[in-house]
Amino acid sequence: MRVIEIPRSFDYRNIEALYLQIDMDRPGPVLFDLRRLRWVDPNGMLGILAAGKVAAEAGSAPRISLPDQPEITSYLDRMGFREAAGEVFEFGAASKWRRRARTSDVLLEITPVTKNSDVHQVVDRVQSRAGAILSNTLGYPASAVVQFSVILSEVCQNIIEHAGRPGWVAAQSYNWKRRLGRHVAIISVADIGRGFRASLEDEHASRFGERWGDVTALEAAFLMGLTRFPDTGRGQGIQQIRKQVGRWNGLLSIRSGSARIADTPDWSSKPPLEEDLRPFPGAQINIILPERVK
Amino acid sequence: MSQPRPASVSIDVGAIVARTLAPLRPNLVTRPTGRAVRAAIEERLRGAARSPFVSLIDFTRIRVLDFSCADEIVAKLLVRYMKADRPRDVFFLFRAVGEVHGQSVEQVLRRHGLAAVCDDARDGFRLLGSVSERERTAWQTLEMRRTIGPAGVADALGTRGDTLLRRLAERRLVFREPNGTALALSALSTSNM
Repeated sequence: MRVIEIPRSFDYRNIEALYLQIDMDRPGPVLFDLRRLRWVDPNGMLGILAAGKVAAEAGSAPRISLPDQPEITSYLDRMGFREAAGEVFEFGAASKWRRRARTSDVLLEITPVTKNSDVHQVVDRVQSRAGAILSNTLGYPASAVVQFSVILSEVCQNIIEHAGRPGWVAAQSYNWKRRLGRHVAIISVADIGRGFRASLEDEHASRFGERWGDVTALEAAFLMGLTRFPDTGRGQGIQQIRKQVGRWNGLLSIRSGSARIADTPDWSSKPPLEEDLRPFPGAQINIILPERVK
Repeated sequence: MSQPRPASVSIDVGAIVARTLAPLRPNLVTRPTGRAVRAAIEERLRGAARSPFVSLIDFTRIRVLDFSCADEIVAKLLVRYMKADRPRDVFFLFRAVGEVHGQSVEQVLRRHGLAAVCDDARDGFRLLGSVSERERTAWQTLEMRRTIGPAGVADALGTRGDTLLRRLAERRLVFREPNGTALALSALSTSNM
């Protein structure tokens, strides 16, 4: 059995460590080993789900071993990881979930996105929770909850309209005391659909000629607002998310195929473009919104 | 004999959502939702008179308006009713498009090269979307005066005033009577008369 080791601390910064271990052409049993896990953000959780789904579709029945620290398992459960993972992984007989607390501090639990009503559900659900976190914790104006909801709506619709496959969304706020000295809210969206390159290929590949690839496709969507739809009104979602995240001095990155493109604020050391990454299906979007500096 | 001035029809988007889509959801998100709301608005417009009228599309009870819905409702309504073969002679005003919904509406209008008259409770009526500075200034002057007769155009707007008003009327941002009198759309909506 192949074992995929999940790092002790697993978030958007080292998510490639997971993708590097995924071999889409190699069927056979695979175990996702989370036992050493001590910290994971929504990007890490959705990355594990996406990688598990890829492994399942490659012909293996992926198994998962839970973190050996009960509080980490409890946190994963509060984030909705247990339910989502149950659709992807086989849990070992020794897997022990802690009973979920009745009240949740989670901004948005892991939510599958397959149809438009899921987007409505996400927006409805986040309204009651996001207001307090955005205003009290991040110091954003009261109207920010609407803009935050619009961002969520648009990134979720990106799955439905472009991936052609189901995906997930999740969000949570954290205190990045040591890393940034501020609180942040993190939104993660992931799917294992056709990705940006395939989505745009029929409509736009010819104009880019030999340059066409994952990087060009991401640049076309991210920087130029191109979309596969001929309608003038399409392709605004990512553009407008970029503007709003920029107003909040946030980070926005999209990984698709073998490339990642990003708007990086001054507090981030992430490069604006990464290429020749390990190919991975679909698209993974990461948004980090930092607390406002007073 | 002067022609009667356009009547106005107010359409409460919140009521459409409550009645036809989701009673407890004041959120306009996703393109299918936007298309359904636009269809309901057009159904209301079909029932109106054939003569020119002003339609006040009221977003007061809407909490979230995403870019997809703003495009499907605001931009596509304007595109359809700008065309010569439009089904009704409608001029649109959009209500409760302030700071919260203004970003979505402004962006979709710019994307299409359109402009629209919008208002919010705080700032009153304003133009959103793609307009030149001259168009905006002329529109603001008319908005303040509510009406400018043909004899007063040059005084109010300068020597190019008539051209500007004609352009604004073509873009359906003001109403012009056959005798050249220009009227602000806000002056024609029922709630402001």
